[in-house]
Amino acid sequence: MAKITFNIGGVHPDDSKIAKDRPIEVLPLPQTVWVSMAQHLGAPAKPVVAVGDKVLAGQVIAEPGGFISAFVHSPVSGTVKSIAPRKDLAGNNMTHIEIAVEGDEWVEGVDLSDTLVTAIPEDRQAILDKIKACGVVGLGGATFPTHVKLNPAPGSVAECLIINGAECEPFLTSDYRIMLEKTKEIIVGAAIMQKVLGGCRCVIAIEDNKPEAISAMRKALGELGYSNMEVLPLMKKYPQGGEKQLIDAVMHRQVGSGALPISVGAVVQNMATALAVYEAVQKNKPLVTNTLTVTGDCLPVEKQHNYLFRIGMPLSYIAEYAGGVPGDAAKIVSGGPMMGKAIANLDACTVKGSSSLLYLSEAMTKRGEQSACIRCGKCAQACPMGLEPFLLYRLYKAGNTDELEKNAVHDCIECGCCLYSCPANIPLLDYIRQAKGQVLGIIRARAAAAKAAAEAAKTNEKK
Amino acid sequence: MDRILVSPNPHIHAPVSTRSLMRDVVIALLPASLVSVIYYGLPALVVFAVSIITCVGLEYLIERFLMHAPSTVGDLSAVVTGLLLAMNLPSSTPWWVVMIGAAVAIGVAKMTFGGIGQNVFNPALVGRVFLLVSFPAIMTTWVIPGGYFGADAVTGATPLGLVNEAILQGKSVTSVVGDFSYCDRLFTFMGGSAGEASVLALLAGWIYLLVRRVVRPHITVSIWATVAVISLIFWLCNPERFTDPLFNLLSGGMILGSCFMATDYVTSPMSTKGGIIFGVGIGFITMMIRYFGSYPEGVSFAILIMNATVPLINMFCHQKKYGRK
Amino acid sequence: MSSTIIWTIVIIAGLGLLLAVILFLVARQFRVEEDPRIDEVEKVMPGANCGGCGFAGCRAFAEAAVKAPNLDNNYCPVGGNEVMQKVAAILGYEVKEKAPQAAVVRCNGSCANRPKTNVYDGAASCRVKAALYSGDTGCPFGCLGCGDCVNACQFGAIVMNPETGLPVVDESKCTACGACAKACPKGIIEIRPKGPRGMKLYVSCVNRDKGPVAKKACAAACIGCGLCAKTCTHGAVTVIDNVAYIDPAKCKLCRECEAVCPTGAIHSVGFPKPVDKEAVKKRIADRKAKAAEAAKAAEAAAQPVKKEENNG
Repeated sequence: MAKITFNIGGVHPDDSKIAKDRPIEVLPLPQTVWVSMAQHLGAPAKPVVAVGDKVLAGQVIAEPGGFISAFVHSPVSGTVKSIAPRKDLAGNNMTHIEIAVEGDEWVEGVDLSDTLVTAIPEDRQAILDKIKACGVVGLGGATFPTHVKLNPAPGSVAECLIINGAECEPFLTSDYRIMLEKTKEIIVGAAIMQKVLGGCRCVIAIEDNKPEAISAMRKALGELGYSNMEVLPLMKKYPQGGEKQLIDAVMHRQVGSGALPISVGAVVQNMATALAVYEAVQKNKPLVTNTLTVTGDCLPVEKQHNYLFRIGMPLSYIAEYAGGVPGDAAKIVSGGPMMGKAIANLDACTVKGSSSLLYLSEAMTKRGEQSACIRCGKCAQACPMGLEPFLLYRLYKAGNTDELEKNAVHDCIECGCCLYSCPANIPLLDYIRQAKGQVLGIIRARAAAAKAAAEAAKTNEKK
Repeated sequence: MDRILVSPNPHIHAPVSTRSLMRDVVIALLPASLVSVIYYGLPALVVFAVSIITCVGLEYLIERFLMHAPSTVGDLSAVVTGLLLAMNLPSSTPWWVVMIGAAVAIGVAKMTFGGIGQNVFNPALVGRVFLLVSFPAIMTTWVIPGGYFGADAVTGATPLGLVNEAILQGKSVTSVVGDFSYCDRLFTFMGGSAGEASVLALLAGWIYLLVRRVVRPHITVSIWATVAVISLIFWLCNPERFTDPLFNLLSGGMILGSCFMATDYVTSPMSTKGGIIFGVGIGFITMMIRYFGSYPEGVSFAILIMNATVPLINMFCHQKKYGRK
Repeated sequence: MSSTIIWTIVIIAGLGLLLAVILFLVARQFRVEEDPRIDEVEKVMPGANCGGCGFAGCRAFAEAAVKAPNLDNNYCPVGGNEVMQKVAAILGYEVKEKAPQAAVVRCNGSCANRPKTNVYDGAASCRVKAALYSGDTGCPFGCLGCGDCVNACQFGAIVMNPETGLPVVDESKCTACGACAKACPKGIIEIRPKGPRGMKLYVSCVNRDKGPVAKKACAAACIGCGLCAKTCTHGAVTVIDNVAYIDPAKCKLCRECEAVCPTGAIHSVGFPKPVDKEAVKKRIADRKAKAAEAAKAAEAAAQPVKKEENNG
C-alpha cells in the first residue's frame, strides 16, 4: 500500500473500474463526422476549409483563434459538407465542420505503424512546433493547449514533470488501458516533454488501485533505460488527479492561489497527453484520436468497452455501436462521475478531450431531497482546497461577494467532493461555482481597472 | 427512464444522509441504553420511552401546526435528542418531569431556533439543565443499582455528589473516593443518570461512531486531555482536597458528554482547530465547576457554555487552505 | 429595609442620568453633518430598497439625487411620477414624466408548446442551470423555469404558473424595478411601457435559431418569417437574428401583426377583446388590394408621362 497522497481533504468513492480488463478496440468510421471548433480551452479555432473541399485525415481544417487555442485536424478523409452551428453535448450552439467520410486516406508523412521510435529530436523548438502543429491539448480534462504549458514564461524553471496516471475518477479506465497497451510510447512521450522542459526530473504518478499499470510502467522503464524518470505509486484518493493535489502529493509543494504550477517548478501532463505528444513528435500524427471508455453501473461488463475513437464521431453512433443506451440509464455522462459533464444531447460529437460514455442508474445518480444543513462540516473535511463549502454557500445566498473572496471561493477546483459528501444533499457546488464566477469577474475587473489606472498615471507622467 | 437526467457534477453521492448519521448515533447509544435498562429496570425503560415519544411527537406537532413546514421527524434527530435526554436523567425521574424536559429540549432549544441545524444549544442538555434547576431534588436523587433489572436498588448520591458534599464539609475526598473501585466504574454499578451506567458501553458506542466516520475524535480527546491535565496538576498539589484524573474521567456525565453531547454536529465548531478549542474549553470549565463550584457535576454546563461560543469560534477558526498561509 | 429601596432607586436613577449625559455628549461630538434634504427625500421614497433605480437603496438614491445637477439620471421606477414630483419639489428640480412600465416575459414555451427532452436534477436556480447547459427543452433561448425572477421580485408581482411552467407578471403589483430582468440569465424579461389603458403588443419569444429549428423546439416560437414586419404599416416591427421585435414607441396597437403571426408568438395584453383574426386579415387583404389597385392606377397614369419623357 502506497502511503503518499495529497494532504488536505479528499474523498474515497468506490473506484468501480469495471471496464479495466477490456482491451482497446478501434471504432469503425461513421458516414459523417462533425468536428467542433471548441476542442480545447481558450478561443475556438477558425475554419480554414470551405464547403465542398476534399480533405485528408490529419489535414489542418482549422487554425488557432488566439494565443490559447489550438489547430484542429480532419479526423477522416472526405468532403466538407457544411460549416454551421450544431448543438454540443450541453445543447449550446457551436460551429462544427461536417465531413462526409470517403475512404481513409491520411496526409503524407504520418506514420501509422506500431514501430516504436525512441530517437528524440534534438531541437527543443522543433519539438514544440511539432506539438503545436499537431494540435495537442491536455487530455486530462481541461484540454489546455500543451505547447503553451510546455513553454513556461522566461525566468521560471521546471524542476519536475509529473505524468498524471492517477485516473482518480471512478469508472474511467482509458488511461489505465493505454498505460498497459502503449506503455513504451507513453514513456517516450514523457521523455520528449522532459527534454523540452530542459531535462528535469520526471515522475510517473499512478494510484495503487492499478498495480498492473505500475509494474508494466516500471518494467518498460527498465527496458528503455531512462534514468531520470521514476514511477511513483500513490494512495488512492479522489481528486488525486487534480493538478494542484498531484503536485502536493508528489512534490509536497502547494501552488499559491491564482498561480500556475510552474511557480513551484511543476509541470503536470496527463497519460493520454504523453501518448499524443509521442504520436505527434515521433509519428507526425496529429491529435485526432483518443481513447474512451463505455461504462456505467447499469451496463453489464461484457457490454463495457474501451474504444479508440476519432474526434467528430457522434456520441450516439458510439452508443449504438456499443449496443445501445441501456434502458435503466438515468443519466449519461461524458467524463467521470465526479467531474464529468451530463450529456443533454447525445447527438453531440466527440472532441479531443472525450474520455467516456458513462451510463449511471437512477439509484446511483439521482440527487436526494435537499434538507437543512446540520453543520456536520463533512464538506469542509472533504474539500481538497481547504475551503468551507457550507460557509461559501451561505455567503453566496446572502450575496456577500467581499466575504466570498476573503474565504477564497475562487480557489475552488469544482471537484465535487463537497456535494458528494453532504448528508443533507445541499447543492453546494452548484452555487459555489456561481459564486466563483462572480468573484473571478470582480477580481478581473479590479485588475483591469488597476492596469488602466497605472497606464493613465504613466501617460500623465510623460506629459 | 424515457428522459435522461441532467445536472451539474458530481453525478454520484456518498452513501450518507442526515437520517443515516442519526441512525448511527442511535445504534451507538443502544448498548449503553440496554445496560441501563438491565440495571435500573422498568423505570429506566419508562424514562427512555416517554422522552423519545415526547420529543418526536412534539417536533411533529410544531412543524405541522405552528411552522406549517414539511415534517423532519423522518431524519431521526428528534429520536437522538430524546434518547440523549433520557440518558441524562436519573431512572427514578417521574414521567411527567421527563415530558417537561423533552418539551423544553425540542420546543425551546430546537424548534424556536428554526429546527434541525439552527439551534445554538444542545437540545438534550438544555432539557436536562432546565430540569436540574427546576427539580433539584428529583434530579440529584440517584438510584444505585443493586442487582439486575432494578432489584435491590436503593437511592443515594452519586460518587461526584458525595465528593462535593465532602468538599463542602471540609472532609478529605480520598475517604469517599476510596469507596468506589475503578472496575465498578468501567462496567456498571455506578449511581447516576440512566445512560451513565456503563462507561464501557458508552465507549463501545463512541468507537462505533468513529469507525463509521460519523464523528471525529478531536473534540472528545481534547476534553479528556484537558480534564486529565488539570486534575493531575490539582491532585498532585493536594490529593486530600482534589480528586484524581481517572476518577474525573470515568465519573458522572464525562464520557456521555464528551462522546455524544459535545460532538453534536449542530452545536460544535466545524473546523478541527475550532473543535480542539471547544474541547479544551469544556474540559476546563468542567473541572472548575467540579473543583470549585457548588454543583457536583459540570459537564452539562460546560458544554452549554461552550455551545454559546461556537459561532465565535467558527468565525475565527478556519480550515487550513491549500496554497495559502 | 425602606432605606435599601430608596438607595437602589437613587443609584439606578443617578446611573441612568449619568449615562444619558455621556450619550448626549458623544452624539454631539461625533455628529456627522449631512444635507438635511437627504432625509427629506428619503422620507418621500417608497422605502422598498429594491435597487431598481440603480442605487443601493432608497437612502443611496436620495444622496445621489441631492448631489446630482438634475434628475435626468435619477428615476425611481417604483414610486413613479408621483414620487418623483415630490422629490423634484424638495430639490427644486424639474422632472420629466415617464410612461409607466411593467415587466413582460418574452417566452411562451409552455410545457405544451415546448416538449421536454431531458430532466434537470441540479440546484433549483436558473443561473446554475444556464451555466450548465441549454435547458431541458430543444430551445436554448427560452425560459428555464427555475424561478430566479420570482425570487428576485420583492413585490410578489411575478409568480410561476405551475401549468405552463412559465412566470406570470401581475402588472398591478409590478413596479418595473427591473430586478427580474437582471436575475434572468436568458434575458427574456423586458421592461416595457404598460401602454395606453394597459394595452400593449409584444413578441413573446427570443429564439434566434433559424425558423425550422426554432419551430421544431417550440410550437409557439418566433420563426423570423417577417410577416409581421411586412404587414405593419407603422414601421414598428423589426426582425433581427430571426426574431421579431415590436418597438413600443411606434406601435399603434392595430393588432395586425398578432393576426398574421403563424405561430402565435405575438401576444396582446390589456385589450378588451381577443383579436378577431379573420376580420383583421380581411382588412389587411382589402388594404393590399386597394393599394395594388392604386399602384396599378398610378402606373397607368405614369405610363403616358414616361412616354412623353422619352419623347422629350
